[in-house]
Amino acid sequence: MILDVFSLLAIAGGAFFFLAGTVGLLRFPDPLTRLHALTKADNLGLGLIVLGLLPRVDWPQGGLKLIVVWLLVLLAGGTVGQLIARVAQRPVPPP
Amino acid sequence: MSGAWAFDAILAATVLGVAAWTVAARETFAAVAGFIAYGLLLALVWVRLAAPDVALTEAAIGGGVTGVLLLSAAARLGGGVPAATAWPATSLRLTAGALCTVVAVALAAVVLLLPEPAPSLAPQAAAALPATGLGNPVTGVLMAYRALDTLLEKVVLVLALIGVWSLAQDAFWDGEPRPQRSAPPPDALVFLARLLPPVGIVTGVYLLWLGADAPGGAFPGGALLAAMWILMLMAGLAAPPAVRDRRLRLALVAGPLVFLAIGLAGVFSAGAFLAYPASWAKPLIVLVEAAKIVSVAAALALLVAGPPQRSPR
Repeated sequence: MILDVFSLLAIAGGAFFFLAGTVGLLRFPDPLTRLHALTKADNLGLGLIVLGLLPRVDWPQGGLKLIVVWLLVLLAGGTVGQLIARVAQRPVPPP
Repeated sequence: MSGAWAFDAILAATVLGVAAWTVAARETFAAVAGFIAYGLLLALVWVRLAAPDVALTEAAIGGGVTGVLLLSAAARLGGGVPAATAWPATSLRLTAGALCTVVAVALAAVVLLLPEPAPSLAPQAAAALPATGLGNPVTGVLMAYRALDTLLEKVVLVLALIGVWSLAQDAFWDGEPRPQRSAPPPDALVFLARLLPPVGIVTGVYLLWLGADAPGGAFPGGALLAAMWILMLMAGLAAPPAVRDRRLRLALVAGPLVFLAIGLAGVFSAGAFLAYPASWAKPLIVLVEAAKIVSVAAALALLVAGPPQRSPR
């Protein structure tokens, strides 16, 4: 029962971050702030969802897989954020 | 059950929406980005259809490798060029629209007229599966029942690569593909290319080994290995190999050659081309898959690397 409430809260929190990230992606004015919103959704949102799912999968196989998935997304998200920010900061070439 | 139904409905609508957006996109780069998203969504559709094998391959090949291939093609064309420069004549557009309608109506008619229940060889295939020693029916179909298709598929991959290579200028025929970028790669990319390959290579080989009994196999595994190689090429940690490199060519044909050799041996040991002797089926299949993963990884990575564009050093 307590575990169910914990899962529900964590997954709802994760979903909230994904929603907030999407709103930010659509509403923020320039590429860097949009990236900021997006990476929060990936890192925190997915992290909370994984946290909420952990008590519901078999340990250690399923749980470790979920954690590895989260870590890989952290790594990929961080790198892609850096790369896109680099391109976004480049001066726009004259047409 | 209604939750799953709602999810499927939203997923189907999203796939159609992304597909329409990809077709309608006016910029090459935007269209490619749409295509990659489409590939990943399609992988989700395959998961919902309980076909994880297809989902894995769709995500790895359709979303991943094809995406990189199209992105580098778009970059070579000069990013930001409009996908279509001028509207075709009205008569041509009307004809194309009419033909598309005919195809769509015919497809819809075929789907609606399918016999119920659908004709299926699944029970026979599942019943004969223990003879192959495999636990995954998809691998059973690919490697035992329809081995000829799988063999030809591997040959086609090599032919496609030869097609790409044949775009090289005469002077560079046995040379190296151009490095992916001229400027020094960003530090973040180099960091990723140092950190990810050990994980990716282990996962790729694990997928290959898993393929005998669970969703996986040489194609998704090979695509993962190719992705790791492409990542290292992009980060400048590995130099693209010269086309004339013997080891490279051997790696490319290893899969089809081993498959063909074992298939021919089957004529004598099991009485038919591509048949396996009864107690040897599983070890032979794993051997063929192991050779295939090398060829798939090499071919996919070299397809992305492109035709040779400078002389060998």
